[in-house]
Amino acid sequence: MASLIPCPHCGMRPKEEFTIKGSADVARPAPEAGTQDWLDYVYLRENPMGRLSEYWHHASGCRRWLVVSRDSVNHDIYSVQDAAQAKGGGA
Amino acid sequence: MRYSALSIFLNALSGNRHWQPAWREPAPKPHYDVVIVGGGGHGLATAYYLAKVFGVRNIAVLEKSYLGSGNIGRNTTIIRSNYLLEGNQPFYEFSLKLWEGLEQDFNFNAMVSQRGVLNLYHSDAQRDAYTRRGNAMLLSGADAELLDRDDVRRMLPFLDFTNARFPIRGGLLQRRGGTVRHDAVAWGYARGADALGVDIIQHCAVTGIRREGDRVTGVDTTRGTIGCGKLALSTAGHSSVTASLAGLRLPVESHVLQAFVSEGLKPFIDNVVTFGAGHFYVSQSDKGGLVFGGDIDGYNSYARRGNLATVEHVMEAGVAMIPGLSRIRALRSWGGIVDMTMDGSPIIDKTHLPNLYLNAGWNYGGFKATPAAGWCFAHLIARDAPHEVATAYRLDRFARGYLIDERGAGAQANLH
Ligand SMILES: Cc1cc2nc3c(=O)[nH]c(=O)nc-3n(C[C@H](O)[C@H](O)[C@H](O)COP(=O)(O)OP(=O)(O)OC[C@H]3O[C@@H](n4cnc5c(N)ncnc54)[C@H](O)[C@@H]3O)c2cc1C
Ligand SMILES: [Zn+2]
Repeated sequence: MASLIPCPHCGMRPKEEFTIKGSADVARPAPEAGTQDWLDYVYLRENPMGRLSEYWHHASGCRRWLVVSRDSVNHDIYSVQDAAQAKGGGA
Repeated sequence: MRYSALSIFLNALSGNRHWQPAWREPAPKPHYDVVIVGGGGHGLATAYYLAKVFGVRNIAVLEKSYLGSGNIGRNTTIIRSNYLLEGNQPFYEFSLKLWEGLEQDFNFNAMVSQRGVLNLYHSDAQRDAYTRRGNAMLLSGADAELLDRDDVRRMLPFLDFTNARFPIRGGLLQRRGGTVRHDAVAWGYARGADALGVDIIQHCAVTGIRREGDRVTGVDTTRGTIGCGKLALSTAGHSSVTASLAGLRLPVESHVLQAFVSEGLKPFIDNVVTFGAGHFYVSQSDKGGLVFGGDIDGYNSYARRGNLATVEHVMEAGVAMIPGLSRIRALRSWGGIVDMTMDGSPIIDKTHLPNLYLNAGWNYGGFKATPAAGWCFAHLIARDAPHEVATAYRLDRFARGYLIDERGAGAQANLH
């Protein structure tokens, strides 16, 4: 994993400042969605070899949730976005 | 050939020039009754027990790299049966019993060393948790002893007992736990399986799974198409990748786990010791190097190298437990890719396809499981029914809500 993460709010920061939640490629289903949708969301993962997106929390920095898009094989980082913006909402 | 004191003596006299390779390097046949994907410890043990115990003979093990290149050759060699939960503990105790007879069984020196595994505790709450766990171990037929501070001090006088933040109050000891030479486990099973007619095919990566309707008919590999009656996936760390070839999504993330070896030292740590307050465990190899590690790095990865932040963290935890370690130089470090499941426990089960079988999700602890995982997976493949100590390792337990969550961390793979 890269040792420095480019936070959109704080600039280049050491990886230890972040907490990793997991895949940002799964979307939370509606409360009334069926068991299969919830099973998919809570437990099943694509776990790709290559490009993936994850929720990272900049716990020791701006404390914003970020979406880090990176590569699970060569560890390159493609983009880091504020999670609110990544979802298309305001910051 | 069978190894004996006499064969070692005679071969020494002739300069050790006449040893035969321990297994063949056959070309793949067009069809096998059972094809096992993954020539790690589990895949090789599965082939061995399938042939030896369950009477299946026409078997191939397909390994994408060289034998022993995966986690079987990267782990820190610890074996133990000190789990709490019912779904786990009988399985691991079965495994420990198999370890105890393994070298006689496959006539190969795997350096099984029951030097004891000690888990340190640092608070009343932790002692109570270990008491409960020790009782669960005793109930499963395993051994467990609760030690107080003086007992531990006699064993390991150089620990930091009065650490201001994490004073050592005692430990849970399993004397039958210990270490095993990991490479020799792969070699012993490979040699044993080969002698029973199993084809071990190295440098043969599976790239596709062929189907006719619901049935698997064979696999595409880098060495051509190979047909099979039954297909068994045992590709630790890459389980999501091979399962996806059959359209299966798993409750698994791939993570990197690092390990370290120090320069050689005179014997001073006789057991395996784990730090109850931090992410650190250590043992001393017979060559004298300290073999140690901590937790996974915590991010999804298929790269067999870790992050420096984790290296620093492991070293800090080690020095907190054994201050004398600050004077010791680390010689090597490496990483392996492990399947982290959503409850921290493994999967040995059938799948949505009737002749596709899955052994996956061994997290950071599948080395100790090698004999039992091989035996139970072989049982499942041969009889289409789970072995009695592996009935909880079902793939649908996540949908049914029967998780086996030793750590109580919830559906968060990087916290198990
Ligand atoms: C650093 C580290 C320390 C560890 N320490 C311990 C410990 O102390 N105690 C313990 O109990 N466990 C430990 N483990 C865990 C343990 O090593 C693993 O759980 C266990 O080895 C996994 O089973 P295996 O031996 O079959 O895996 P592997 O040896 O990884 O076998 C899987 C094989 O599948 C092959 N493969 C993958 N994809 C394909 C494909 N498409 N086609 C063909 N072949 C393929 C791989 O090349 C690999 O050889 C540790 C792991 C690591 C990384
Ligand atoms: Zn920030």
